[in-house]
Amino acid sequence: MTVRVQEEPFDFGVEANAFATGRTDAGAVVTFTGIVRDLARGDLDRMVIEHYPGMTERALEKIEADARARWDLRDVLIIHRYGAMGPGDMIMMVATASPHRVDAFEAAEFLMDFLKSRAPFWKKEITQSGEEWVASKAEDEDALSRW
Amino acid sequence: MVDVLYFAWVRERIGLPKEQVETSAATVRDLVAELCAREERYAAAFADLDSLRVALDQDLTDFDAPLAGVREVAFFPPMTGG
Repeated sequence: MTVRVQEEPFDFGVEANAFATGRTDAGAVVTFTGIVRDLARGDLDRMVIEHYPGMTERALEKIEADARARWDLRDVLIIHRYGAMGPGDMIMMVATASPHRVDAFEAAEFLMDFLKSRAPFWKKEITQSGEEWVASKAEDEDALSRW
Repeated sequence: MVDVLYFAWVRERIGLPKEQVETSAATVRDLVAELCAREERYAAAFADLDSLRVALDQDLTDFDAPLAGVREVAFFPPMTGG
């Protein structure tokens, strides 16, 4: 079980391979990757992610422990970046390993739903014409109720 | 004395990331009232508590939570991770 909060980029292929390779206990690995999406106008210069050092790690570890209590998971990986990144850059990834795919898929969705609105990260979008904090969406909060 | 931390637009509106506050406030809501009475920038940041979240010693809680024994209070907007 690994939680990493880091400024530097990560190599999705390397991480996914390392996570999935050499397992005999898990028949299913699911990965999700979040990528910086350009704005509809196509003018996103960069995204800056702020976080709350200390609480971030605590929150992610709690979300991960909740997922492990609920599904049959043999391993979990959460990587989340902070700092400045450009359109197309990878922000974060989660990976889940389970004997069965339903557990791996559901746990990955659960991790993502809670990570979006319960881990202390804040995104700011910066364009030539200014900067704006990304507003949270009601649907992200609603998504938690299905769990 | 408690450490009070601000993040994202709350930090920008108040103009600092962290400060030490001498307070005898019983709850988070009381602490917010004390801060708002200080200066307009606090009142501006805390104008709509529904748009804010609070953590005590790095655990999310609500504005009616008691402050007794708390060392670190953090105010921030709803989170936007992932």
